[in-house]
Amino acid sequence: MNSIILLAGTRALSGLLLLFSLYMLLRGHNEPGGGFIGGLIGSTGFVLYAIACGAEDARRALRVPPQNIAMAGLGIALLAGLASVVFGDPLFTGQWLFIGGTKEEGGLPFSSILVFDIGVYLVVFGSVLTLVFAMEEEI
Amino acid sequence: MSAAKTEASASGNGWVGLVPVALAASLFVWFLSFVPQIGAGEVVRLSWDWVPSLGIALSFLFDGLSLTFALLISGIGTLVLLYSNTYLAGHPQYARFALFLTSFMLAMLGLVLADNLIAIFVFWELTTITSYLLIGFGHETYKGRRSALQALFVTGAGALAMLAGFILLGFSMGSFELSEILAQGDALKAHAMYLPILILILAGTFTKSAQFPFHFWLPNAMAAPTPVSAFLHSATMVKGGVYLMARLHPGMAGTDVWFWTLTVAGAFTAVFASFLALRQTDLKQALAYTTLMALGTLTLFLGQTSAYAMTAFAAFLIVHSLYKAGLFLVVGCIDHGTGTREADILGGLARAMPVTAAAAALSALSMAGVPPFLGFIGKELKYAGALEVQAMETVVVGALVLANALMLAVAAVVAYRPFWRPAGGAMPHTPHEAPWPMLAGPVILAVLGAFFGLFPGVLQWALVDPTVAALTGGDLHAKELKLWAGVNMPLILSAVTVALGLAIYAGHRSLRAALIRATDAGPNFDRGWDRFLEGLKALAAWQTRVLQSGQLRSYIFTVFATVLVGLGGTILARGVWQGFPDLSGVTWMNVALMALILIGAIMAAITRSRITAIASLGASGIGVAMIFIAFGAPDVAITQLLVETLVVVLVAYALLRLPQLDRPGERDWRPWDAVLALGVGAVVTVTLLAVLATPFDRRLTTYFETASWPEAFGRNIVNVILVDFRALDTFGEIAVVVIAALSAYALLRTTTDKAAKPATQKDKAS
Repeated sequence: MNSIILLAGTRALSGLLLLFSLYMLLRGHNEPGGGFIGGLIGSTGFVLYAIACGAEDARRALRVPPQNIAMAGLGIALLAGLASVVFGDPLFTGQWLFIGGTKEEGGLPFSSILVFDIGVYLVVFGSVLTLVFAMEEEI
Repeated sequence: MSAAKTEASASGNGWVGLVPVALAASLFVWFLSFVPQIGAGEVVRLSWDWVPSLGIALSFLFDGLSLTFALLISGIGTLVLLYSNTYLAGHPQYARFALFLTSFMLAMLGLVLADNLIAIFVFWELTTITSYLLIGFGHETYKGRRSALQALFVTGAGALAMLAGFILLGFSMGSFELSEILAQGDALKAHAMYLPILILILAGTFTKSAQFPFHFWLPNAMAAPTPVSAFLHSATMVKGGVYLMARLHPGMAGTDVWFWTLTVAGAFTAVFASFLALRQTDLKQALAYTTLMALGTLTLFLGQTSAYAMTAFAAFLIVHSLYKAGLFLVVGCIDHGTGTREADILGGLARAMPVTAAAAALSALSMAGVPPFLGFIGKELKYAGALEVQAMETVVVGALVLANALMLAVAAVVAYRPFWRPAGGAMPHTPHEAPWPMLAGPVILAVLGAFFGLFPGVLQWALVDPTVAALTGGDLHAKELKLWAGVNMPLILSAVTVALGLAIYAGHRSLRAALIRATDAGPNFDRGWDRFLEGLKALAAWQTRVLQSGQLRSYIFTVFATVLVGLGGTILARGVWQGFPDLSGVTWMNVALMALILIGAIMAAITRSRITAIASLGASGIGVAMIFIAFGAPDVAITQLLVETLVVVLVAYALLRLPQLDRPGERDWRPWDAVLALGVGAVVTVTLLAVLATPFDRRLTTYFETASWPEAFGRNIVNVILVDFRALDTFGEIAVVVIAALSAYALLRTTTDKAAKPATQKDKAS
């Protein structure tokens, strides 16, 4: 598709969408959002890019094949689930760490839950792009 | 292969050939070690849990019946494996053959030793599959493939019926353990489900043991290499059905339906098969039909409950396995030494193949039922058993005399003519004696037949008594096996049999010609089978044409029409309509959203432009997302919006680039679609209203609301459920997402890298 307006708009929008997707991912535990929504928003950024510039350029911009991203996400989610076994809990039990103080003192929370959500994000992001790029190139 | 055969030597196929022999032999010895215990009347039971939640255990039972079978299988298996190692020496696929044959033997052993119905079924099917592979070992020929498939279909179909019977039996009696079921035989016989169980199980055993009218697969199975025929069709596979009937005998026998079914089917099969045996000129085919006769006789005796009949069953089971395996192996030696199995050509082999001739003579005399061989004792017991049949004794005795006389004639055709009469034509090879590993089997089996004839007491104590005890649940004692029982009715019948048999042999050529004319005129089950298969294929082709039109819209139409009829019918039948709901709470905002969704849907339905349709569907979807927002589910709303966006992109990619296949209105008639769409919509609406009218169980919601923050440190319940409370489910779901994406990718990327560069360039340009 050759549209100057779309091309110019994409420049700004793609980056914003990616940034916004990370915001949605990180706030997901307490506000609307999360890995699934984040992944969808992030992939929209690249889908827009693929519509404007073609799947080949989008692939180049992504640098990594999307199916690898999806597989990596699955692996990260699995590791996050397995982490609890190391601490003696049943599989997929959340593990929490509060950096710089306890939960009540307002320490920065870090958890295996977040890692798992990042895995979900990557799976959704990679899978959608795998599909969209293949559709764009093959049909 | 014939070149390989002539080079056959004792060296065989190296360790690949010898390991299975050693395995079978050690199993045989192990089973032999049970003889003193079982002979003393004990029963040994070994059990391991398998699927404890379903009451399925891997349990094995060693009693007289299973031990007799286990000894026959492992003993004959050893000899057959030793024999094959030379018979197929240097065959490029010998390793495969040995694997199949050994697996078959192990499956068969599992079948006869298992004490659990489900385990029996599993082993039963394993023997079906391995025998399919063995019969189809010569898969290069059409005949080999057809025979293997035929055996698989016939026995497999029977096995499925049998599985249904087993399940009924297990649930009716409250246990899948055979020993427990058989212990309450009277309850079983009185059970309302007795008849269905019996019919289903007999469907399995009759197909496996090739009882009329399922007999046709067995002679075709002779397409297998001769050692396979010797193993499968003498002692083992076909006797699997007989074994199961014998195993169930203490629990199920004694009713009228059991007696009549088994007696009539058995007697008819025995006589019918004996005539067909005489019709054959191929020695192996002739033996195959005599096996049918033996199976018929065994079935006939299992129909009875008297001590004589049970003893006759046990004795004839052993006799038949010994002489039939021996004769099959002899035929293999003849084939190996001369290159043919045609009775009319073979002759004068006694000089060139003296050991084979001797083994053949001994086995054939046992088969013919001549004293002092074990076959004679078996035949006397058969007559004694037949004289005690509940009803129609004359018919049964007459059938047995006729069948045995024909047996004698066939024995002469197989073991006398080829060796002692002048040749009828030129044989492909100059006859030569087989090497020792091929002679070991026939000789050992023939000598055993003579030995047990002279010393029946050994067999009586070791196997016959415990088998009869197992068959009758310990109620009856076996009759004595003895060569001379004085001048009685069985002896007179034996004399009649021998005279009749010799007369038939004398006139067997003209009788054969008459039989060929008669059978050609009668119904041919084998051709009937072909017609049945063709009919089945035609039916499959027809229903595929009707159901699988290849048009997406007709599939979708079928799916929705099914939903309409199924769901709508249920709604009408159950009367779930609750009346119109209370609409007082509906705001103008809701109405506006409804209007957006409706307009989008209607536009998508009536437009002729694809891009309009896609965009309209998108608008509809956004309306749905806004409803989620209006009712306070932002997470669902965001997801819905994003998914709608991506779906529009994906559908646009696909639809806008596909060529226009039909002119509008050419195949579809839209008013009809509209009726269907409105109908499905109405049905779904009514269903949803009915669902909403039932009180909502808030226990889970309350739990998550209260536990989300204290236990998972999150306020967004939806996300907390996704990534913490139900993280394992989510993991399963994202795995599905990845798999779906990769599968779609693989499907789409059929043209690999070809499209990646030039095609996208072109697309961009257009």
